[in-house]
Amino acid sequence: MASAPAIRAEHITKRYGRIVALSDLSLDVASGVFGFLGPNGAGKTTAIKVLLGLTRPTSGGGAILGEGFGTKAALRRIGYLPELFRYQSWLAAREVLALHCELAGIERARWSAEIDRILAIVGLADRGASRVGTFSKGMQQRLGLGVALLGDPQVVLLDEPTSALDPVGRHDVREIIRALRERGAVVFLNSHLLTEVEQVCDSVAIVDRGKVVAQGTLADLLRTSSVRIRASGLTREGRAALARFGELDDAADGAILIRGIEMEGIPDAVASAVASGARVYAVEPQHESLEERFLRLLGQ
Amino acid sequence: MTGSLVVARLLIGEAARRRLLLALLLLTLVVIALTVWGFSRINELTPSGQPISEAQRRTIASQLLILVMFMFSWVISLASVFVAAPAISGELESGIAAAVLARPISRLEYVVGKWLGLLALILAYGIGAGVVEIVAVNVVVGYLPPRPLEFLAFVVGEGVVLLTLALALSTRMSGMVGGVIAAILFGIAWMGGIIGGVGAALGNQTITHVGTATKLILPTDGLWRGAVWSLEPAVIIAANTQLGPAVAANPFFAAEPPPAAYVVWAVAWIAAVLVLAVWSFRSREI
Repeated sequence: MASAPAIRAEHITKRYGRIVALSDLSLDVASGVFGFLGPNGAGKTTAIKVLLGLTRPTSGGGAILGEGFGTKAALRRIGYLPELFRYQSWLAAREVLALHCELAGIERARWSAEIDRILAIVGLADRGASRVGTFSKGMQQRLGLGVALLGDPQVVLLDEPTSALDPVGRHDVREIIRALRERGAVVFLNSHLLTEVEQVCDSVAIVDRGKVVAQGTLADLLRTSSVRIRASGLTREGRAALARFGELDDAADGAILIRGIEMEGIPDAVASAVASGARVYAVEPQHESLEERFLRLLGQ
Repeated sequence: MTGSLVVARLLIGEAARRRLLLALLLLTLVVIALTVWGFSRINELTPSGQPISEAQRRTIASQLLILVMFMFSWVISLASVFVAAPAISGELESGIAAAVLARPISRLEYVVGKWLGLLALILAYGIGAGVVEIVAVNVVVGYLPPRPLEFLAFVVGEGVVLLTLALALSTRMSGMVGGVIAAILFGIAWMGGIIGGVGAALGNQTITHVGTATKLILPTDGLWRGAVWSLEPAVIIAANTQLGPAVAANPFFAAEPPPAAYVVWAVAWIAAVLVLAVWSFRSREI
């Protein structure tokens, strides 16, 4: 099954009574970091639980690494950080990791080194002997991330991995996700934090009320964007030249916003502004564009 | 089934770390110390200015031990209920179960692991406390019940029945709800046994059948009758049997042991409810 995609979901529908949690979800994730993006209650956690076999779909199916959802063969190669990250509070962090080493079937001789490595990655190297019950929420989430990374799984499912973390923690998680991609793991990232997804994901699906409303690479989804240009000496002709690239708007701080510009068009827009005699101080492609796209999709 | 052993070990570890075992041990030692002190006073009884006879002493000791062990059986039964009732539901509610079940471990292994861990706790507590009490009474008043091993088997069996029931309920309902339901069923089964005995005493077939039915639906009271019988010296059985059918209503007396078929039934009941628990948990959404 070498050709099987890492994660394949085919027409998965999940109903809880009359509530439709997932509606005809189909996905193919071959490699890299996949962002599953949607507002609260969109069905993101249900999707991850279906992939793990914790929840059975009402209809549809799929496979992870060619193995059925929830089978031991699949679960042996998956790391998972639940949205509700809770671990045995009476155990020390090292003991929780040892427990998961055992459950994951990692060779006992490797546990100690593996646990040291994981604690260092998630920034808990000095707290390995502390009981989980004494951990803050952020530390528990770091531990949960560590649990998900044990034994270098080929597929890592992260459900809102930064929900309890401060900015430093969020940065650390982004670095961890990038490192996972570099070693060839496939990451399925549930999030409602657009900047997080934007910074680490190769491809994205946007889900709303159980339905995927857009899917593709980030570049596909963000082909149209906007840019803020701070310039002085911009003449009427200069503005007219810029208006050919998109819709112009004056920001409160005096900058000019070009909406709907293609990313590849930005250097040309700047060149035309300069050619018209303007002095350009800053060019800022807008990062909330995913948010705009997201809101527009959800508004549809 | 290595997954089961991991889960079982974890449950025992939790009971130890959370000081559940310590609390049970200390409280039980206090109760045993008090009862042993009570037993030691039997030797000082002088009902008509004379020290009591050996036969009297043994009779009093046997009846007192039955009362103490009755209380002990309730402690084992209710402890089983309240330790088992949140064993699965608590982990589901907190989210601990999601992380564990996302590992290559089947629902079957998880439920059986919980059951094995609970079984080990109940066996250790029931046999440990029971042996200490019996030995202490023997040391103080020189009385040993006729069938101590059968007694331990019956009384621990009661606990195993209830822990299995509470664990099955735990796959579907919160620890509080499951615990209360199991405890109430235990009480009803006990009452059903007495009511059935009243039916037998009065010669009323219908009421007797009610008692028999409760003994089959939840085999705790039937096992308790076996435990009582194991504690009774032959002379007590003979004396009580002479009183006629009315003694059947006495929850502290059993004229004969439960038939072997009933013991088989109790074991099959435990196995069936465990299978039900696995089936219920398998079809449950996490």
